Amino acid sequence: MATVEPHAARPAKRPSRGAEAGLLVLALAIGIGAYALVGFGLLDEVPEQFVPYSLGLVALAVVGHVVLRIKAPYADQVMLPVVVALNGLGLAMISRLDIGGQLVGSTKEFASRQFMWTALGVVAACAVVWFLKDHRTLRKYSYTAMIVGLVLVMMPLLPGIGQNINGARIWVNIADFSLQPAEFAKIAFAIFFAGYLVTNRDTLALAGPKVLGLQLPRLRDLGPLVIVWGASLAVLIFERDLGTSLLFFGLFVAMLYIATERFSWVVIGLSMFAVGAVVAASVFPHVAARVDVWLHPLDPEIFGRSPGGSGQLVGGMFGLANGGLTGTGWGQGYPRLVPYANSDFIYTSLGEELGLAGLLAILVMYLVLVERGLRTAIGVRDGFGKLLAGGLAFVMAWQLFVVIGGITRIIPLTGLTMPFVAHGGSSLLANWLVIGLLLRISDNARRPSSLPVRGQVAAHAAGPTSGSQPVAVGSRSQEAVDAGEARAAVGPARGGPSQDHPTQVVRTDLPENAEGPMTGATEIIDDTERKNL
Amino acid sequence: MNVPLRRVATVVLVMFLALMVSTTYIQFVQADSLNNDPRNSRQVYREYGNFRGPIVVAGESVALSTPVDDPYGYQRSYTNGLLYGHVTGFFSIVNGTSAIERSENDFLNGQASTLWIDRLQGLITGQKPQGASVELTIDPAAQQAAWDALGEQRGAVVAIEPATGKILAMVSKPSYDPNVLATHDTKAASEAYQSLINADGDPLVNRAIAGATYPPGSTFKVVTAAAALESGRYTPETVIPAPDVYQYPNSTAVMRNFGSARCSPDGEQTLADAMRISCNTAFADLGVTLGGDAMRDQAEAFGFDAPLDIPMGVTKSHFPDAETTDDAGQLARASIGQGDVRVTPLQMAMVASAIANGGKQMTPYTVQTIRGADLEVVEQTEPSLLRTSVSPTVAQQLTTMMVGVVENGSAKAARINGVQVAGKTGTAQHQPDAAPHAWFTGFAPTTDPQVAVAVIVENGGDSGSEATGGAVAAPIAKAVMEAVLNK
Repeated sequence: MATVEPHAARPAKRPSRGAEAGLLVLALAIGIGAYALVGFGLLDEVPEQFVPYSLGLVALAVVGHVVLRIKAPYADQVMLPVVVALNGLGLAMISRLDIGGQLVGSTKEFASRQFMWTALGVVAACAVVWFLKDHRTLRKYSYTAMIVGLVLVMMPLLPGIGQNINGARIWVNIADFSLQPAEFAKIAFAIFFAGYLVTNRDTLALAGPKVLGLQLPRLRDLGPLVIVWGASLAVLIFERDLGTSLLFFGLFVAMLYIATERFSWVVIGLSMFAVGAVVAASVFPHVAARVDVWLHPLDPEIFGRSPGGSGQLVGGMFGLANGGLTGTGWGQGYPRLVPYANSDFIYTSLGEELGLAGLLAILVMYLVLVERGLRTAIGVRDGFGKLLAGGLAFVMAWQLFVVIGGITRIIPLTGLTMPFVAHGGSSLLANWLVIGLLLRISDNARRPSSLPVRGQVAAHAAGPTSGSQPVAVGSRSQEAVDAGEARAAVGPARGGPSQDHPTQVVRTDLPENAEGPMTGATEIIDDTERKNL
Repeated sequence: MNVPLRRVATVVLVMFLALMVSTTYIQFVQADSLNNDPRNSRQVYREYGNFRGPIVVAGESVALSTPVDDPYGYQRSYTNGLLYGHVTGFFSIVNGTSAIERSENDFLNGQASTLWIDRLQGLITGQKPQGASVELTIDPAAQQAAWDALGEQRGAVVAIEPATGKILAMVSKPSYDPNVLATHDTKAASEAYQSLINADGDPLVNRAIAGATYPPGSTFKVVTAAAALESGRYTPETVIPAPDVYQYPNSTAVMRNFGSARCSPDGEQTLADAMRISCNTAFADLGVTLGGDAMRDQAEAFGFDAPLDIPMGVTKSHFPDAETTDDAGQLARASIGQGDVRVTPLQMAMVASAIANGGKQMTPYTVQTIRGADLEVVEQTEPSLLRTSVSPTVAQQLTTMMVGVVENGSAKAARINGVQVAGKTGTAQHQPDAAPHAWFTGFAPTTDPQVAVAVIVENGGDSGSEATGGAVAAPIAKAVMEAVLNK
C-alpha cells in the first residue's frame, strides 16, 4: 500500500494563490461593472455610492484573499471569486431595484443592508477559516449541531420573537433584525448528518433486510435521523415553509446516499416524498393551489385567483420573456413588476435585464461552485469531511434547483432564495458560512502535509518507503479509512499503482479511475473495510 | 464515498442542465407568446412608464402625470375631471385611452416623430424625457358656463370661434370623472368602467360629437333657407306659401305647425317671417320646391355626411340620400329637420359658425399648440378653411333672418344686452311619446362674431314635454356666449 511521506517528500512551498487573485479581479470587475451599469441605465451616471461601494467590495475580496493566503493557502482558488462575482451581481440587481423604486418616489432601500450582510458574511467565512483549524473538530459537536438545528427550525414558532411574514412563519425578530433561522439550521443539520452518518453508515447500509432487491435499513439505526428529519419537516409544514422542508429533505437523502452508497435510500426517499407531497396536496389547500399554479399558470381562472393565483409566477415568466436572449440591459426592463423582485424572484429580474445569456452564465458560475465543492468532498481524506462538504455542496445545488425550478416550472414554486444573489441577510450569512466551511475543508484536503491522524501515523510507522502492509485492512477504525482516503486524496504526488499491493479486491473497472492513479486504492480500502466488518 | 459523490456530481449537472433548458424554454421558445399575452402588462408599462405630458387649458393642466411609487411609475390625474372629462378623455391601465389622451397619444408620451430632438436630448442626458404638453382651444369660462347652464339636464353644448374654428366649449352630460378610470388599482378601475358602461345616460359618450345623433328639428330650417337663398330665386323678402296645414304629396297625411298654430292669416309670408316664427309648413313646402338635390348639396356644403376629426373622431351628420328624398314626403320632413336628418351638436355649431364667418366654414379643432418638454412649440394648429358653405351675401341674409328670430321670434331668451345675437331654435320630435329635444344654434355678436354655439337638451330637460328650444336651450346658449364675450 502506498504511503505518503508527508513533509519530507514535498517541499513545503505554499501556493501563491495567484489564480484566485486573478479571478478575483475578474469577479470584482463583474460586480463593480454591473453596479456602474445600473447607474448608467437608470441615472446616466454612476450611482452616488459608487466609490465607497467599489472600495468596500474590493476590500472584502482582499480580506478574503489574504485570510486564505495566511490560514488556508491550499484551499480551492475558484470558490471565492465565483462567490464574489455572484454576490456582486446580486448587490447590483438589488441596487437597481432600489434606484428604480426611488425614481418613482419609493424610499425603500435594501442594497446597503445587503452590503452590510455581505461584509458580515465575508467576515464570518474568514472567521471559520481562521479559527477552525480542522473541520473534523466539528464532528465532536454532531449532536450539539442536531440540537442547535432543531432549536433553529423551531424558533419562529416561539411567541415573541417569531414572526409571520407573507403567510410563512419562518422569521424571528431579534434586536431589530429579521432572521430566517432555517438557513442556519441547514448548516447545523449538515454537520449533524455528517457526524452521525460517518459513524453509522455501515450499519445503515448493511444491517437491514433486503426487499425486492433493495437493501433496507434497520429502523433503530435510523432513529436519530428520523427524529431530526420528521421533527424539522413537521415544524416546517406547521410554519408553512415548503421550500425549506424540501431543502432539508434533499440534504437528508443526498447525505444518506453519499454515506451508504445505497441507491435504495434514494428510492425510499423519493417514495417518502411522493407520499408526503400527495398527502400535503390533498390536505393543505395552499399546497394544492401551488400545484395548480405550477401545472396551469396561464389558465385565466388560476391566473385571476386571489389569493393563490399564478400572477407572480406568470409575471416572472413575462419578465423572462421580455429579457429574451440578450436581455434589456441594466435598468431597462421592468423587473419591479414582479412581487419580491429582489428576493424570491431575483432570477427573473436578472433574466429580464441580462437575458438568457446572462442567466446561463450565472447558472454556470453556480455549477462551477457546486462542482468545486463536490470535488473538495472527493479530495478530502476523512469521511466526515466528505459527507460535510458533499452535503453542503449538494444542498446549494438543490436550493438552486428548487428555487429556479419553481420559477421556470420544473417543480411547483416554493419560497427559497438564490444563494449569494437574492436579498436576505440570513441566507447571505449562512451561505458565506458554507463557503467558509468548504474552503476550510478544501484546504485540509489539498494540504500536502496530511493531518496527524492516527491511521496515518501508523502507516507512516509501518514503512516510510512503501507500505508493505495495508494499514487500513488491519484497522477497523474509521480513522483507518480516513487515512486510506487521505493517501488517495494526496493525489498523484507520489507513487503509482505499482506501489499498491493488490491484496484486496481491486476494482479496476471503476469508472472514477480517471480521477488519478490513487483513486482505485481508495475504493479498495473502502471495500475492504466493509468486507472486514 | 467517492462513487456516490461522483454520482451526486452527475445529478447536479443534470439538475443544472434542466434549469438551463427550462430557462431557455421560457426566454426563447415561449417568449413570443408570453410577450404577446394580453395579460402581459409590460407592453402597457412601456407606455405607462412614460412621463406623459400634460393636457393644458388656458395655462392650467387639466390632465397631468405625477411620479408615484408603484410599478407604473406615473399616475395620471385630472383636475376638474367631470368638467373636462369628455375633452381630455381618460388614460387607463385596464380600459385604454380615449379622446385627446388617445388621439394625441404620440405627443403626450413623447414618441411622435417631431419630438425627436427631445428624445435625443433624453438619450444624451439620460433623463427620461417628459412627453409634450397639449394645449387646448377650450375657453374655461365658456366651458364652465356651458356646464353650469346645462345643469343636471342631459344634453350637449358646443361653442366655436367662427373665424378660426377653435372649439371654445364642449360639454356633454351626463359626464364622468376620468380619475376613477385612471387609478392604478386595476380592480377599482375595471369596476368603475363597468359601472359607467352600464350607467343610465351613457356618461362615457360625448354627445357633442358622437353617440346617437339627433334630429335637428327647426334649427335645420337655417340650412333649408340657405339652400333657397343660394338658389338665387329667393331673398329673405320673397313671399312663400305658408299654409295652416301642409298636405304631404301623394298622401293623406298632413303636417301642422307647432301647436297647430297658423303661420299667417293669408297662407303666405316672407321667408324671413317664416324663419322668425319657425313655420313648419312654409319650410316643408320650400324644401320640396327646392328639390332633394339642392337641399342635399346645401347640407353637404355645411359639412353633412363628411368625416371629421377634431382630432377626436366626429360622427357624421346625415342628410337623407336621393332615394329617400325622391319621396316628397320624406323631403318635406327633412326640410324641417325631421325624418331621416341626423346631426351632432357640433354639426349645428358648425352651421352657425359658417354663417357667422361670412359663409366660410373653418375646420374645427381642439388642439391649439403642442410644446415639447422644453416648452418649445412643436406644432401649432393654424386655422384652415374647411369649405365654403354659402356666399357672403347669403351669409349676411341668413344672419339678418336669424337676428329676427332672436329679437322678435322664438329665441328671445338668447338676447344679450348690448350685443346683437343671431340664432335659431328647434324643438325636435324624436319619439311619439317622448318629450321633444330642445335645440338652439346661433352666434354673437353679428358684426364681429366671436362665438357660434349649438345647444341640445334631450327630451326637453327639466321642462319635459312643455319644453321648446326657445325656452330651454336658448338661455344656455346665451350663458355660453356671454361667457365668451365678457372675457
